[in-house]
Amino acid sequence: MKRTLAVVFTVAGLALTGCGGAKVGESPGGGGGGGSQASCGEFKIAINPWVGYEANAAVIAYVAEKNLGCRVTKKDLKEEVAWQGFGTGEVDAVVENWGHDDLRKKYIDEQKTGVSAGSTGVKGQIGWYVPPWLAKQHPDILDWNNLNKYAEMFRTSESGAQGQLLDGDPSFVTNDEALVKNLGLNYKVVYGGSETALIQAFKQAEERKTPLIGYFYSPQWLFSEIKLEKVKLPPYTPGCDAVPEKVACDYPDYDLDKIVSKKFADANGPAYQLVKNFKWTNDDQNIVARWIAVDKMSPDAAAKKWVDENPDKVKAWLPSSS
Amino acid sequence: MAATSSSPVSRTLPRVHIVVRDRGRIVLGILAVWLLLWVFLRGMHTLALGGAQLTSVHHWFNNLNDVIGANRNSNPVFLYFFNYIRLFVDEFVIFVQSVIAQPSFGRPLPLIGWLGVVALVGFVSYAVANIRVAVLATAGFFVLGLQGLWRESMDTLALTLAAVIISLVIGIPLGIWAGLSDRFARLITPVLDFMQIMPSFVYLAPLTLFFLIGPASATIATLIYAAPPVIRLTAHGIRSAPHDTVEAGESLGSTRTQMLTKVLLPAAKRTIVLGVNQTIMAALAMVTIAALIDAPGLGKTVIKALQTLDVGTAFNAGLAIVVMAIVLDRVTTAAADRGRRRPNRIVLLAGAAATVFAIWLSYTYLWAAEFDARLDIGSTIVLWAGEATDWVQSTLAPVTNGIKDAFTWVLIDPLQALLADSPWWLVAVAIVAISVVIGSVRAAIVSAVCLGLLVATGLWSDGMTTLASTLVATVFTMVIGVVVGVWMGRSQRADRVIRPVLDAAQTMPAFVYLVPFLALFAASRFTAIAAAVVYAAPVAVKIVADGIRGVSATTVEAAVASGSSTWQTITKVQLPMSVRALTLATNQGLIYVLSMVVVGGLVGAGALGYDVVAGFSQGQLYGKGLAAGIAIVLLGVMLDRLTQAAANRTQRGGSR
Repeated sequence: MKRTLAVVFTVAGLALTGCGGAKVGESPGGGGGGGSQASCGEFKIAINPWVGYEANAAVIAYVAEKNLGCRVTKKDLKEEVAWQGFGTGEVDAVVENWGHDDLRKKYIDEQKTGVSAGSTGVKGQIGWYVPPWLAKQHPDILDWNNLNKYAEMFRTSESGAQGQLLDGDPSFVTNDEALVKNLGLNYKVVYGGSETALIQAFKQAEERKTPLIGYFYSPQWLFSEIKLEKVKLPPYTPGCDAVPEKVACDYPDYDLDKIVSKKFADANGPAYQLVKNFKWTNDDQNIVARWIAVDKMSPDAAAKKWVDENPDKVKAWLPSSS
Repeated sequence: MAATSSSPVSRTLPRVHIVVRDRGRIVLGILAVWLLLWVFLRGMHTLALGGAQLTSVHHWFNNLNDVIGANRNSNPVFLYFFNYIRLFVDEFVIFVQSVIAQPSFGRPLPLIGWLGVVALVGFVSYAVANIRVAVLATAGFFVLGLQGLWRESMDTLALTLAAVIISLVIGIPLGIWAGLSDRFARLITPVLDFMQIMPSFVYLAPLTLFFLIGPASATIATLIYAAPPVIRLTAHGIRSAPHDTVEAGESLGSTRTQMLTKVLLPAAKRTIVLGVNQTIMAALAMVTIAALIDAPGLGKTVIKALQTLDVGTAFNAGLAIVVMAIVLDRVTTAAADRGRRRPNRIVLLAGAAATVFAIWLSYTYLWAAEFDARLDIGSTIVLWAGEATDWVQSTLAPVTNGIKDAFTWVLIDPLQALLADSPWWLVAVAIVAISVVIGSVRAAIVSAVCLGLLVATGLWSDGMTTLASTLVATVFTMVIGVVVGVWMGRSQRADRVIRPVLDAAQTMPAFVYLVPFLALFAASRFTAIAAAVVYAAPVAVKIVADGIRGVSATTVEAAVASGSSTWQTITKVQLPMSVRALTLATNQGLIYVLSMVVVGGLVGAGALGYDVVAGFSQGQLYGKGLAAGIAIVLLGVMLDRLTQAAANRTQRGGSR
């Protein structure tokens, strides 16, 4: 009986408190925004899992939503899955692509479901890096010719008697095993297996002043905290990486570009125009990436901040009609 | 969590008897011969394969993948079969989401807001379980809101519910069939093994080819991993229905249908509910993985946070998964409890009325629909977790690196040298011989077949490296399992304190603690082993504790009365009498460790785990990744059958 009473009281209490307050859907929600140019429709943008990409995508999505009135859907996907989405109509655009000749061959040349939409203006670099304290202490370590001298220092439980060259994210092509062999280096490639493992390793190495040499790439948000130094490998010449087993030269510079689905390009809507025109610099990307990664801003807020500060750059991306 | 029965377990191995005395000595003999030969043959026929090297099998898998991709828009199988499955699953998930998680039907918010969901969860918990659990469930879901993760949690819950419901609709009938028919059981067991051990990274990308990017793919990925437990346990429940009940039913002249619905199913009800429990837990374990193909919810929060090493945020989201898992576990476990009292009908009616009212409120009023952002403990959790991690990383790292080096040098390196540097045929012969001695002839045949197929995958060397790490991790798991398990088994109080910690360790996504582990042990095989032990030890602990508690109280009292010390009671009475539990714990420990191989590949374990991860990331390595997945399944089946056979043997008391 007591329990029943308690229930009755709770219900009564709820009823009393419930009668006040705003109702769902009553308040003027922010939905819609400046959706005057209704022609844009839906825009499906892939979000590949690194912060630099997220910076590109956030700014494009923000402009598409605010200036063009598109309904933007962001999809969190790895590269391969995202490219697959061109054919199935699930993805319209990939907005930072690192080379990926294998995917180009498969989806642009063979299946003809994707097309390139030009450069993002950001230059990508892949290579071997060391933490700044190490470069300061041993300046000559930045030349590959001297690496064997330091092999002993880079020994770990994983590399045995040789020095450890930490490789990381399996998403990127790596020639490191071939490089080590063909340059005659006394190193063993150890696969960290994820970007997380690489970043953590470099962070620790700098904080605790422990030796580390590994595969890394820029632009990457970590550079805004730690200025990793690149080790000079024999310079890249076109074709020197043609045969994977025989590579003995540095990685090429990547012109990071945008890939869109063929259907999206053929439709030639305002969102496609925006993606095609989108172009900025490493510095632009770094600052937005820094706001997201270090200052913990939401991608959307970071994009808004950048767009508000750079109206001229944004204007150049907008479709000519508007 | 009664994880005991979730793994691939074949209960119907025919028992082949071979009388062997002094098995331990024979195994030592085999190892001695192996070591001796190793000294001479080291480095020969190791079948090593470089990081980017592929075999013809890998190329063939690649082509298969490409052909499917190129034909998906024209092939009738896609147009009329997969597309309809996709449509149905998509609609179903989106419907559940629109009820509790996403804005829908022209509203800016879902149909039922937080108050309605919390009330509903409390009411359902009371109806199927009891008031204590209902209070826990209500509080737990309220915490999700306080963490500032209400919408993410509801997205995760929606996807999990959808996957679980579909699992049950498919799984329970299949389980009943497997329970009634031996032939079907034999047919489906390897399929279930495959579904549970095959790393999901291998089928994520192809799934999006079949079912597109969206809720359907995520749900089906979850389903593949989550359906087997309910199938296995339903079959088990049907099979172990008490004989006298079955006979009574038969003598009363029941038809087959009557027999099933009136006798077998009621008798198996409790086991089936445990199966549901295990399926829910397995589905929650997939939350972070499914986020890699755009599954909405908490998994995304975890993955995003890790891109910037934001452990605090990842921990907060991981904690939400733990809370949800513990609530769902406690509710289903209590629902399976035979002795529970029926809920009071008046309270039930009043509760239903209150729940309907709460749902209406949450449909109508903003305060009941959207969780008040000012009630926030999430940001505090994020802050504390972040600071705690920083402290641990900077204080302990100098010490922990030494520990890693020592263990690597003493344990991992020698074992790996023995397994990976021996000629493949020597390893194979030795393992098959050991299988005969500690297991059975049948287990030895399984071992031989698995090892043969492992050679065919072209990844023998990587397989042996992974096997070495797996064995070391299992040893650690068992050490923890025995020490903590005995403690918990002997002390009710210890049990009460430790059990929630075990639950958390089991359901916290590994991705969350990988970052601090990387700081402590660098990218290494040891880090991978440590992560695997965190995940696998709880299962072993629970099984051992259960076994210790199962030793009859009178035996223990007799030992104490005759003057045994605590140490003697444990080592001479309690442990020997729970040998069966110990072998089962080893079996489960192995399987759980193996399920972490891929996670290990993300933190420096290399070998099969890395192959799988790389295959997921790079098109031309897809075939190799698939082969590595198959290799993991082969190792899993081999180790499972071997430990099963050993367990059967000790159960028969033939070990000494």
